Amino acid sequence: MVKKSLQRLYLFLIFVFLYLPIIVLIVLSFNNSRTRVVWGGFTFDWYISCFQDEKIMSAFLTTIQITFLSALISTAIGTLAAFGISAMKKRGQTICLGATNIPLLNADIVTGISMMLLFVRFMDLGFMTVLAAHITFSIPYVILNVLPKLKAVNRSTYEAALDLGATPLYAFYRVTWPEIRPGVFSGFMMAITMSLDDFSITYFTKGPGVNTLSTMLYTELRKGIKPELYALSTILFFIVLIVLLLGNIRPQRKAQQL
Amino acid sequence: MYKLRQQFLAGPYLIWIVGFILLPLLMIVYYAFTGSDGSFTLEYIAAAFTSETNRRSIALSLELGLICTLICLVLAYPVAMILNGMHLKNQGFVVFLFMLPMWMNFMLRILAWKLLLSKNGVINSVLASLGLGRVSIINTPAAVVLGMVYDFLPFMLLPIYNAMTRIRTDWIEAAKDLGAGSVTIFFRIIVPLTASGIISGIVMVFVPSLTSFAISQVLGGGHVLLIGNVIEQNFMQGAQWNAGSGLSFVLMIFVIASMAVFGMIDRDGEGTAIW
Amino acid sequence: MIKKSFKCIAATAFVLVSAAGCGSAPDSGKNPENTITVLNYGKYFDEEALEQFEEETGITVRYEEYESPEEMYTKYKAGSIDYDVICSSEYMVQKLIEEGEVLESDFVHMENYKNLDESILNLCASYDSDHVYSLPYFYGTLGLLYNTEEVDAATVSSWDCLWNLPVKNEIIMENSVRDTFTPALVSLGYSINETDEERLKEAVEILTQQKKDDLVYAYYVDETSDAMIGEEAVIALCYSGEAALAMEENGKLAYAIPDEGSNLWIDSWFVPKTCQNREAAMEFLNFTCRNDIAEKNFEYVLYSSPVRSVSENMPEEYRNNPAINPGSEVVKNCEIYTALSDEVTAVYSRLWQELLSY
Repeated sequence: MVKKSLQRLYLFLIFVFLYLPIIVLIVLSFNNSRTRVVWGGFTFDWYISCFQDEKIMSAFLTTIQITFLSALISTAIGTLAAFGISAMKKRGQTICLGATNIPLLNADIVTGISMMLLFVRFMDLGFMTVLAAHITFSIPYVILNVLPKLKAVNRSTYEAALDLGATPLYAFYRVTWPEIRPGVFSGFMMAITMSLDDFSITYFTKGPGVNTLSTMLYTELRKGIKPELYALSTILFFIVLIVLLLGNIRPQRKAQQL
Repeated sequence: MYKLRQQFLAGPYLIWIVGFILLPLLMIVYYAFTGSDGSFTLEYIAAAFTSETNRRSIALSLELGLICTLICLVLAYPVAMILNGMHLKNQGFVVFLFMLPMWMNFMLRILAWKLLLSKNGVINSVLASLGLGRVSIINTPAAVVLGMVYDFLPFMLLPIYNAMTRIRTDWIEAAKDLGAGSVTIFFRIIVPLTASGIISGIVMVFVPSLTSFAISQVLGGGHVLLIGNVIEQNFMQGAQWNAGSGLSFVLMIFVIASMAVFGMIDRDGEGTAIW
Repeated sequence: MIKKSFKCIAATAFVLVSAAGCGSAPDSGKNPENTITVLNYGKYFDEEALEQFEEETGITVRYEEYESPEEMYTKYKAGSIDYDVICSSEYMVQKLIEEGEVLESDFVHMENYKNLDESILNLCASYDSDHVYSLPYFYGTLGLLYNTEEVDAATVSSWDCLWNLPVKNEIIMENSVRDTFTPALVSLGYSINETDEERLKEAVEILTQQKKDDLVYAYYVDETSDAMIGEEAVIALCYSGEAALAMEENGKLAYAIPDEGSNLWIDSWFVPKTCQNREAAMEFLNFTCRNDIAEKNFEYVLYSSPVRSVSENMPEEYRNNPAINPGSEVVKNCEIYTALSDEVTAVYSRLWQELLSY
């Protein structure tokens, strides 16, 4: 019994460690005082000025554009690549997977700088370079999620469908797709997660006037803290919470599978 | 014939790899091994070890990276074990709660800590109102480590927890029946069976903590110069691309080598399987 | 369930992306017609004035900020972005003029050029004698912002207070190479444009000792005023306008320039070689010299403006504030930075990194 309550206490402490900073941000977002810690009454002002702040809103918009475009494109390229790789001989597979691992293993700062060196030479830094960079580091996650599913697909079912007169596309849609769909889905979500959270690579590959939330925040943080940022944190936290709660059935099922 | 055609599907990807992964890395190698006049030199590679500044920042990065990894491991392992042993009805949800902060924007998580730690910040105000004096952590390496631990803890927790869920309770029951004590069970069964998770976790925490520059910039107040900060300054302020590339190259080799030492590359991406 | 939420997300994504795509495209890589790319210090142009410019002229401004002149130089030299107008410190402008990176422009015949103060233009003559390369934007001093409850005026009358303050962790220095070297060089009695490596090493020793003695709370740039308002430190090495802004927020703060003298700086606009849209660039520069805009920007940054109407219309309390209006005596006692050769710049940045790594 003592052991059990000690365990609970430990979990609780870690829980506090993880959530205390977020709670502080949320509380301060309603604080009617510019100075940091004095409670000056309840207000919604920071939310209003947050939505009126052009820098914050344009960074928010850019982040959404970059995230979804890069996730969609990298999911497409990555899924196709998984098909290609699975058809390769052993050696080809090893080489391809080795290359896939590079951006996963490499430090973000090195990946970011290497791309910056290339972009600076051959193109203008801007929205497109950030997008290209995000696609690059997202593809490996898609491949690593799709490939195992693809390997588990039974080839002969697909061939049987062809024999029975299905077009390749129809056979793919009815036979292969349902099998790999969870992999494609988790690859897509990983791509979104990674893209949303990236700072270093965006920092080095972005051009003038293009800011994702992370790089905008970095610039703003170095000028001092604006209360609008607390409001932004709170909004983002609840967006994430809601989106994740909607998809929450999944981790549970996964835990049971394993 | 059919297989050959299917291989072409990897075409766009291969072009992408060459264009956006291999070519950029070649650029780093090119700049690392040439002087500002374009001739071959080993000066910048050597400078990574000979320059006093670089040596100190490398040493500090290694130190903070190792401390951060160790703290994460020590904090996360018990959490994974307790969570796994709880057999709650909605265990998935509890695990989810522990992962949730990870989805907060990276910069906002750092902002929160700056707010908590700063001289007249939340923690000090609370301490002062209790009449307990104050702590001055902000702008020291300790603040940077704290920020790193907070940022990277979920990356340690998740792979270990995933490995833990794969341990079947009957194995532990069997060991108990055979007379093993709880210490023996822990070291002879649980730890070896979660080794892959531990290694994934270490890699996923150590590499980013070794190479981060934003955390040390925001929470270190210019006092904590990590290897990432030196590289960033070389590129963004000093206009010393060759020196920066030399350092990046050394860093890259070091990261890859240290992973080879671990002897295991997280091939299945299991450590990264958040979804 | 998952499928449903996935579809939801994907649908929202498409809507958002396409909606955003149709809206504005401020972030495409190339410079489209009627857009200018402006590079300026952080917190250095009133956002409302910027919007006003866009509305009045129909020219879209892509606005990018930087922290230190060295960072600006690197960004510009990287060559990946074609900047149309840049604002920077006099020594950096001089360096770029000497490198042939700055275009000659006909500032003198601009409509609002007549608004500029002759005496300030004369100060710029040291690096731009014919006024064809640069257009002054703001000027000010480097000094000490201090908390009057913790430190008295006598203490900050000398730079020595930075090296022997009795309390620990209470000084904020500039995270910018030359500005942090300045107090050390002045303390030693050297020029702030010192080029001798031995003397620079002496200066760095002072700064290193200061850091080893745990006197420095942080090396900040734009964060300084925020930290001083929050009373996180008692003395900050700081630019005059930054100080003036902080003093407005917190009445305990005051600004002083130590008696040994300091740096007087002039930030100027210039049109670099990469300019793609000269007409719009000139229009932008003309706009910044307009009386009402200069006043707006002044209210925003509180640095001294070369536009005459600003000092004429300034309230009395501003006129008496040394952080806003340095006064001719102080100006005489101050030195202007000059451009350093590449070799000396390399020495500065090497010593600077050594200092930071301690």
